[in-house]
Amino acid sequence: MKDTTEKPVLLTMRDIHIDGRSEETWSPIIKGVDLTLRKGEVLGLIGESGAGKSTLGLAAMGFTRDGCRISGGMIDFDGIDLRKASETERRALRGKRIAYVAQSAAASFNPAHKLIDQYSEAPVQHGIMSRAEAERDAVELYRRMRLPHPEEIGFRYPHQVSGGQLQRAMTAMAMSCRPDLIVFDEPTTALDVTTQIEVLAAIRDIVAQFDTAAIYITHDLAVVAQMADRIKVLLRGDEVEEADTRTMLSAPKEDYTKSLWAVRSYARPVQPPVTEGIPVVSVETVTAGYGAADILKNISFDIHKRRTVAVVGESGSGKSTAARVITGLLPPRQGRVLFDGAPLPADYRQRSRDQLRQAQMIYQMADTALNPKLRLRELIGRPAQMYLGLQGKALTERIRDLLRLIELEPDTYIDRLPSELSGGQKQRIGIARALAAEPKFIICDEVTSALDQLVAEGILKLLDRLQSEFDLAYMFITHDLATVRSIADEVVVMQNGRVVEQGPKPEMFQPPHDPYTELLLSSVPEMDPDWLTRLLKEREKKAGKG
Amino acid sequence: MSAIWTMIAKRLGLGLLTLFVISVLIFGATELLPGDLAKNILGQSATPETVAAFRRELGLDLPAHTRYLNWLLGAVQGDFGTSLANKRPIADLIATRLGNTLFLALYAAAISIPLSLMLGVLAALYRNTIFDRTANALALSSISFPEFFVAYILIFILAQSGLFPSMSRVDPDTGFAETLYRTFLPALTLTLVVTAHMMRMTRAAIINLLASPYIEMARLKGMTPMRVILHHALPNALAPIITVVALNLAYLITGVVVVEVVFVYPGLGQLMVDSVAKRDFPVVQAVALIFAAAYVLLNLTADVLSTLSNPRLIHRK
Repeated sequence: MKDTTEKPVLLTMRDIHIDGRSEETWSPIIKGVDLTLRKGEVLGLIGESGAGKSTLGLAAMGFTRDGCRISGGMIDFDGIDLRKASETERRALRGKRIAYVAQSAAASFNPAHKLIDQYSEAPVQHGIMSRAEAERDAVELYRRMRLPHPEEIGFRYPHQVSGGQLQRAMTAMAMSCRPDLIVFDEPTTALDVTTQIEVLAAIRDIVAQFDTAAIYITHDLAVVAQMADRIKVLLRGDEVEEADTRTMLSAPKEDYTKSLWAVRSYARPVQPPVTEGIPVVSVETVTAGYGAADILKNISFDIHKRRTVAVVGESGSGKSTAARVITGLLPPRQGRVLFDGAPLPADYRQRSRDQLRQAQMIYQMADTALNPKLRLRELIGRPAQMYLGLQGKALTERIRDLLRLIELEPDTYIDRLPSELSGGQKQRIGIARALAAEPKFIICDEVTSALDQLVAEGILKLLDRLQSEFDLAYMFITHDLATVRSIADEVVVMQNGRVVEQGPKPEMFQPPHDPYTELLLSSVPEMDPDWLTRLLKEREKKAGKG
Repeated sequence: MSAIWTMIAKRLGLGLLTLFVISVLIFGATELLPGDLAKNILGQSATPETVAAFRRELGLDLPAHTRYLNWLLGAVQGDFGTSLANKRPIADLIATRLGNTLFLALYAAAISIPLSLMLGVLAALYRNTIFDRTANALALSSISFPEFFVAYILIFILAQSGLFPSMSRVDPDTGFAETLYRTFLPALTLTLVVTAHMMRMTRAAIINLLASPYIEMARLKGMTPMRVILHHALPNALAPIITVVALNLAYLITGVVVVEVVFVYPGLGQLMVDSVAKRDFPVVQAVALIFAAAYVLLNLTADVLSTLSNPRLIHRK
């Protein structure tokens, strides 16, 4: 952390009010927030989704999304009043003096143009550099962002570059005009933990090298602890509190902040490993893939009654493919799947209705997994009707019971549409729909990764309770080791389609580890602000030795 | 790039197959037309013997599949046979007409495509303003009127005053400038008919992308609205636009019968209608095959261009 209290003020926002239009009325998104940023300072903005972090970050550029308006307050950027400035004046600042790094680089790079064209656009259009100078500069910044092949990577299209590299290329692009301020909007949220580290380190270094001020928006406290000099906590458009990073981490004042801090420590008691009896689901030496390539290579694991097996790994490691093999969506090339000791037909079309009923799934994106045109009564009722043959009054009673199980009041919710629910409530409906079939086994595919930490914790607790109530076996697919820590009994670590390590959770979190498990574990950000610096030093030392 | 060539070869093959199927359909359809050419020419009073002799002379007595094969073999060599009505080789009959049709289609395309793309881009840029609404309203009203009505309105306004001729008679000796002048009204009529579709698709395809994160990124880089649309949205909106342009081009070649009739323009459409009336099957078949080929070729071109406009398809990982 650097001391920036002596530096001149770059950005002042006073009593900012921003409204969003919902149907015909304007409702407040930001309710009178103040923000001061000095030159070279990094301010972390944290809060749940819907807290107004992005809206506030964009307002620092004098920008609002369609359907939003700044209705009050003052924004002063280095002596320029952004609210009074004309659109042309604001445009002259954007990209040149204030730049933006978006959450998903894959979506925020234009798919039609090469990276270097997009890099050069701002400097050339703002008249800072010629095209040739901009291209030379791009190579230089790609090198500083530690991108592989900095000379060539710019001549690729976005789809030809991996997610972590794209995010670094986007940071380089934001740096192209050497702005005074960069707004980072959740730049590493979409990345795997191992990739996240490289991006975090590169961003931190380049911001320090050019003495750029930054607003770093995230919902991940451990990440913000590494990046920010000061932290501001937002809740539903209001500021909760602000303090320098160390103070905020060690002594948060407000209850809300304390509750955010506490989430990461939730853990349920671990159940002893099962050594006897027939596992509910047993994956035996399965090899499977699409086209010519094998995605899964000879994997085996068991899942017992009342146990949760967490399958962890980076994107592309084959976690979801394993789930597709178990559910019969992807028949394996070799190996088989046993259910209660009896082999399941490889293709779901050959499975009996009862076999289908026994294994249910809950999906990552509750938004897209629920039919938006159906009411909850139908969404939850259909499996109960189809698998269990419930009708009329019995069916309605069952739906009401299920809603009570997921802690939603039946009278209020039974006739709602998914669009009338919050993200966490939608995920609860996903759970109820799986439960409606009265399964023995549920696959949870990244069920909490789209949710805020507090909401996610609620879902994990619910799943935990349901497991002991109904003797369920869970296969929990996730890339988040914090989730593994809180709910798993056993862990299966996957990399490139292979199982690299598996065993009871306490063993997995104790050394010695497989090198890949070690890398995964050490890559999970910790709340300690010195964690990233220490980790990078350790890795450097190891690399030096090796 | 080799992937592109494979794709083009595949599409060409499929196109040929389509044309073959269409040729069967065309031949079958003309077989189904009521009436008989021999009777038509010879009149009601002809004896059955004369009719039979005449049919033999024209080859109408052979079984259908033999006639089809003969016709197809000739057609692939550019010989469509002779017109039953006036004994002239069909290829000659069609050549000048086809040239006229293509000329008019290109003329109308040269006006309507740039016009509709420009209007579409501007309508997207100034969306929901008076300009956007006016352009949309005008384009929609011109597409909603029947073609002959638009044609007569144009004649009423532009030909009555003597600015342009209401008849577009051209022959091979007419000079280029003179041809442009004489065919201005039919070209304008066609422009009015096709512009709305292309303009609205351009507008919709661009606006559809404006909520994309990369468009927001371009705006946050301080790019002007015009640059955002032309440089960032348009290249990604090309595929649907190209498809609609190709459809309209095909329409300009094949669907202009009414306009040709109104302006007495010697194009293929008129020839086809005349030939249907005269039961001159070989001419109908030849023209229909040319129309089908135009459709297949234009759609093939549209597919290839759409693919080329998408870097994800030409530059693999």
